[in-house]
Amino acid sequence: MRSSARRIWGMLYRHLALYRHSWPRVLELAYWPVLQMCIWGFTARFLTARMGSGAALAGATLLGGVLLWEVALRSQMGVAISFLEELWSRNLGHVFVSPLRPWELVAALIGMSIIRMLAGVLPAILIAWAMYAYNLFALGPVLVLFFANLMIMGWWVALAVVSLILRHGAGAEALAWSVLFGLTPFSAVFYPVSVLPRAAQPLAWALPSAHVFEGMRGILLNGVVRWDHLAAAFALNVVWLLAAAALFARQFHQARVRGALLSIGE
Amino acid sequence: MDAIRVSHLTKRYGDVLAVDDIDFAAPVGATLGLLGGNGAGKTTTIAMLLGLLVPTAGTISVLGHDMARDRFTALARMNFSSPYVSLPQRLTVAQNLRVYGHLYDVPRLAQRIGELADELDLRELLDRPAGQLSAGQKTRVALAKALINRPELLLLDEPTASLDPDTGDWVRTWLERYRAESGCTILLASHNMSEVERLCSHVLMLKRGRIVDRGSPQELLERYDRDDMEEVFLDIARDRRGAQAHANA
Repeated sequence: MRSSARRIWGMLYRHLALYRHSWPRVLELAYWPVLQMCIWGFTARFLTARMGSGAALAGATLLGGVLLWEVALRSQMGVAISFLEELWSRNLGHVFVSPLRPWELVAALIGMSIIRMLAGVLPAILIAWAMYAYNLFALGPVLVLFFANLMIMGWWVALAVVSLILRHGAGAEALAWSVLFGLTPFSAVFYPVSVLPRAAQPLAWALPSAHVFEGMRGILLNGVVRWDHLAAAFALNVVWLLAAAALFARQFHQARVRGALLSIGE
Repeated sequence: MDAIRVSHLTKRYGDVLAVDDIDFAAPVGATLGLLGGNGAGKTTTIAMLLGLLVPTAGTISVLGHDMARDRFTALARMNFSSPYVSLPQRLTVAQNLRVYGHLYDVPRLAQRIGELADELDLRELLDRPAGQLSAGQKTRVALAKALINRPELLLLDEPTASLDPDTGDWVRTWLERYRAESGCTILLASHNMSEVERLCSHVLMLKRGRIVDRGSPQELLERYDRDDMEEVFLDIARDRRGAQAHANA
């Protein structure tokens, strides 16, 4: 166990050292969440000024949605881009002939994802508080559970993306940026699931994120913690995480069969 | 005891037979050369020895561990260097060595890095990014990475490719000394025949995925009645002077 922890730390150290030598990478972590917060913050302020207190509540759900969705996005990118860094540096050959187990690699990628998510989202939360007087922590302790669910969702989506990169090579790397954006309409980030067409609603309810955002609106609009939605989000995350882990294990083995670990950068 | 024991090893990619039912063993402390032209199956064989590639058939035992069932235990006791696999370019030499020291769970890592820096003349390079080094310096750093865990088996894929003669000679001298002092087993894939002649105690000649001849460099020179391994290599590659008879035998 101690050896495993050390190998995981080795991979974390590798990525932290990379950030220490590359300020554009550090800047990129916070750039998009902060930009998003500025755009939607000003939009919410404009709506409140024109439409009064009703719009203030809508603005709060908008800003809460922006910040929480960034948690999922940054978590997903944290895993996928950290894996891509290995691919870009043509270092995967050395990593995979070391005693590092695949699950240890995934654990290290998840560790980097948490660090990257905090580095990206915390500045945006601070800006929301400083510029728009919006305090995300006013949601209460349940916010931790929202964060946890969205992070786990980011991880399993990223594991699926990494599996596709193992299968299709660097040609699939654009998915690292785009795949979760494709799930945004069904995640009910800014509107309730009931707004979606009836045919799309089952897809939305199959995503943990839709339950998280319904839960967030439950607190903001009605002051009620929807434990049923939180339980559904956790259960769905367990199912999707197991499915993504099985996909990753299968694609990793298939990559060893095809020899893709030798030429994955191409 | 054998450091490597390979039996009926085969790798097939669809219709292409990259490695075709090969058997060989490397005794502990030997330096085994893997020779052959491009596409002969050297890289595929090394990749299977490293667990990067799953064989279609056959078995591989490394340091007594079955690579199909227990590859991580074997991987902790071996290491690998190739000019075709990079280290992270933005990380400094010391950071790269620290990363791999952690991955191989090396005890007293700072002391080990210091030893390697002294042995491979890396002291002045430790704080430089790996991407800013010359080819010769990169080779020394790659060797330091490959030796970080004091491997009992070292796999080297063209260790002197793209090096000038002076640096190439320095690397070969260093490898000779290291093997003599440590007793580690070395498997070397190379296109440099003088290097093979100088370093290897035993040579496997591969062609189209099959071992077409084997023996010590001296045995091969006598068998083909040649003065250097370059000529032996060409005889086998071009099916000259009875090479085909050896292959069929």
